[in-house]
Amino acid sequence: MQKLLAEYLPLIVFLGVGLFIGLALLVAPFIVAYSKPDPEKVSAYECGFAAFDDARMKFDVRFYLVAILFIIFDLEVAFLFPWAAAFKEAGLYGFWAMMTFLGVLTIGFIYEWKKGALEWD
Amino acid sequence: MWLADVFFYLFAVLAVASGAMVIMAKNPVHAVLFLILAFFNAAGLFVLLGAEFLAMLLVIVYVGAVAVLFLFVVMMLDVDFAELRAGFIKNAPLGLLIAGIVLAELIMVLGFRLVKPTTLAKATVPISTVAGIDNTTALGRVIYTQYAYYFEAAGLILFVAMIGAIVLTLRHKEGVRRQSIAAQVARNPKTAMEVVKVPSGGFTVPDKVVDNKPKEKVGA
Amino acid sequence: MMQFLNSIAPMWPELVVAVGALVLTLWGVFRPDNDREAEVVSWLAILVLGVAGWLILSQPAAGSSLFGGAFIDDGFGRFMKILALGASAAAILLSIDDFRDHKVLKFEYPVLILLATAGMMMMISAGDLLSLYLGLELQSLSLYVVAAFRRDDVRSSEAGLKYFVLGALSSGMLLYGASLVYGFTGATSFAQIAQVAKGANAMANVGLVFGLVFLLVGIAFKISAVPFHMWTPDVYQGAPTPVTAFFSAAPKVAAIALLVRVVTSAFPGIAGQWQQIVAFLAIASMLLGAFAAIGQTNIKRLLAYSSIANVGFALVPLVTNTKEGVQGVLIYMAIYVVMTLGAFACVIAMRREEGSVEEIDELAGLAERNGPMAAALAALMFSLAGIPPLAGFWAKFYAFMPAIKSGYYILSVIGVLASVVGAYYYLRIVKVMYFDKPAKAFLPVRVKVGFVISVSAIFVLLFVIAPSPLVNAASTAAASFRY
Repeated sequence: MQKLLAEYLPLIVFLGVGLFIGLALLVAPFIVAYSKPDPEKVSAYECGFAAFDDARMKFDVRFYLVAILFIIFDLEVAFLFPWAAAFKEAGLYGFWAMMTFLGVLTIGFIYEWKKGALEWD
Repeated sequence: MWLADVFFYLFAVLAVASGAMVIMAKNPVHAVLFLILAFFNAAGLFVLLGAEFLAMLLVIVYVGAVAVLFLFVVMMLDVDFAELRAGFIKNAPLGLLIAGIVLAELIMVLGFRLVKPTTLAKATVPISTVAGIDNTTALGRVIYTQYAYYFEAAGLILFVAMIGAIVLTLRHKEGVRRQSIAAQVARNPKTAMEVVKVPSGGFTVPDKVVDNKPKEKVGA
Repeated sequence: MMQFLNSIAPMWPELVVAVGALVLTLWGVFRPDNDREAEVVSWLAILVLGVAGWLILSQPAAGSSLFGGAFIDDGFGRFMKILALGASAAAILLSIDDFRDHKVLKFEYPVLILLATAGMMMMISAGDLLSLYLGLELQSLSLYVVAAFRRDDVRSSEAGLKYFVLGALSSGMLLYGASLVYGFTGATSFAQIAQVAKGANAMANVGLVFGLVFLLVGIAFKISAVPFHMWTPDVYQGAPTPVTAFFSAAPKVAAIALLVRVVTSAFPGIAGQWQQIVAFLAIASMLLGAFAAIGQTNIKRLLAYSSIANVGFALVPLVTNTKEGVQGVLIYMAIYVVMTLGAFACVIAMRREEGSVEEIDELAGLAERNGPMAAALAALMFSLAGIPPLAGFWAKFYAFMPAIKSGYYILSVIGVLASVVGAYYYLRIVKVMYFDKPAKAFLPVRVKVGFVISVSAIFVLLFVIAPSPLVNAASTAAASFRY
C-alpha cells in the first residue's frame, strides 16, 4: 500500500504545479487587468443581432444512438486492459474466452453496420 | 501515513460536496458537471484503496462516456426544470422521510460492524495483496478463466444493449440518396453513358437521367 | 474443443439459445427486410427453443454444477426452464400476426426474446450472486426493449420507459442487497453463503438480514409482488399484447425460480427471517390483486392485477419452507403460465377492422358471435377463478395444502378469501360474454392465436383427468433441494 501510494507522488506534484499555474493565470487578470464592463460589452455577440434564443437546444436522438454505441465499445475495450495485463497467466483458456466475447460483439457490430446505424442519414 | 489520510479526506469531502451539488445545482448541465467531479473523486478513492483498474474504469467509462450521455439526455429532453423543482418542494417531506429511514438503516448496519470486531476483521479490503501483482493483473487472472461464464454473459448483455438501442432509436429519413462508393467505382462507360438520338427540332429525355436512383432501396 | 464442450454439457441448452440468438441476428440482417423474412426468423427462433427444450429433457438425471457453482443444473431448474422455454415459444408464436397487423414485424423481436430466455435460464440456474445478477440483467434489458417495441405508439414507449426506470431501481436495490450479503458473509456463492448464514448468530446479524431484505425487494419487483407492483398495470396495458402475454408468463417463472433458489439454497439457515417477508408479499399481493382488479374496465389491466394476485398465490406454499411447498410453487407456476398465455391469446384475438380493442365491454355477447372463443375464454376465466374441477382449482389446492399442513392457517384463509373476491371479476367477464347484448363481431381468430387458445383451454379442462405427470414432475423437481 505504502509503495503504491509512493508511486503516485510525482503525479501529485505534477497536479499541484498544474493547479498552481492554472489558478494563477485565472486569478491574475482579476487583480491586474483593467476592466470596465457595461451591458453592451458583456452581451453575447451574434453577428450584430441580439441573441435569438438559448444556446442549448434539443437535438436529434441520433446523437444519442452514436453515443450509446460508443459506450458499448468503450466497455468492451475496458475489458481488454486486464486481459492484456494477465495475458500469459490467463492462458489459452483466457484467450478463447476473450475471442468469444469479441465474437459476440463483432456480430453486434455487423448488425449495426448492415442496419446503417453507423451512417448519418 | 498522514498523506494518504489527507487525500482520503480531500477526495471524500469533495465527492460528498459535489454529490450534494448534483441535486442542488439550478442548471442541469452544471449538475452533470458536478457529477463528473464526483466520479473523479470516487476514482481517487479507488486509487487510495489500491484498486487502480476500477479507478481507470470510472474515469474512462463514467466520465468519458456515461456523463456525456447524461449531458445528451439533459439537452435532448425539453424538461422544464423549474416545474420539476416545484414538485420537489411538495414531495420533500416524503423524500426526507425515506432518506431518514435509509440513513437509519445504514447507521444500524455500520453500528453493528463497529460493536462486533470479529465481523470487522473479516471485512478487510478485498484486494489481493500478493507481492508483485498489481490490481489489474490480479483481475485479469480470474476474469477470463475462473469467471469466464460471467464474462461471456456480460458480452451478451452488451449485445442486447446494441440491438436494443438500434431497434428503438434508429430510423432513416425517407428519400435520402446515400453515396454508394462501390456502385460509383463499379460504373463503366457502358452503364454510365447513353448515346441518344435527338430528332431535329424535338427533344428527348434519356432514361438514365430520370431513373438514376440507387439500385438498393434507401433506408432498408 | 470437443472436450471443453463435453465438459459443459449441462449448459448446452443455454448455449443453444444464446448461439441461436446470435446466428439469427446475422441471418436476419443479411436477408431482405420484409415481413416474410421476419416470420421465418420467428419460426427458427421457436425451433431453437424447441431444440433447447429437447436438450434439457435429454440431460442425465443426476444434477451437476459448473464454474465453481455459478451454474447449477438440477431437476428444479429443468422444470422451470421447460416452462420458460414454452412460454417464450408461445410469445413468439402469438406475436407474428399481431405485429404484422401493427406493422412492427421485425426479426429483432424473436432475437430479443431468445436473449431474454437465455437470461432467464441463467437466472433459473444461478448458484451465485454474480450469475443471479447477470442473468437478471440479460433478461431485463431485453424485456425493456420489447416493452417499447411499438416505438411509434406513445403507450408502448411509456411502458418501456416506466419498466426501464423502475427495473433499474429494483436492480439497484438487488445489487445493494447482494453487496451487503457479500460483505457480511464473505461469499457470493449460495452454498458458501448458506454455510456462513446459519445459527443464532446469523439470525441476529443485522447486516446480513438487511442484505436479504434488499435482495428480496429486488426480486419482488421482478415478480411484481405487492408493494412493488406499481409498474405492472401500466406496463401490461401499454406494451404490445403479445409482449404482455410474454411478461406475464416467462419472466415470472424465472424470477419465482430465482426467489425459490435464493431462499432455499442460500438462506435456509435464517428461514425465519425470509418466511415473514415472503408471507407478507403473498398476503399483500393476493389481497391487492383481488380488490384492485374489481374496478378495471381494460382487460389487459385486469389481467395485470390478476397476475399480481397469482404471484401471491404462488408464494403461499414457499412460506412453509418444505419440499411440498416447493412442489406447490412449481405446480402453481406451470398451471398459471398456461392459463395466462391462453387469456392473453384471447385478448390478442379481440380485433376488428379498425384495430385491436381492449375494453371488457367489447366482449359483450361474444357467445353469440364466436361460440368457441367465448367457451375457451370462459373455461380460462373459471380456471383462474379456481372453480373445480378445472386446472386453476388444482393449482390453488396444491398451493394451499402445504400451508395448511404446516399450520399456516391464517395465510390459507386469507388466500381462500382473496380467491373468492377474485372470482367476482373473472366471472364478470363470463357474464359479459354470455348475458350482455352482443357488440360488433370480432374478425375471425387466426390459426396461431387459436392454437394457443385451444391448447390452454384443453389443458385447463382436461388437467383433472391426468394430473399425475405434472404433479410427479414437480415432486421430482422439488427433491432437488435439501430439507
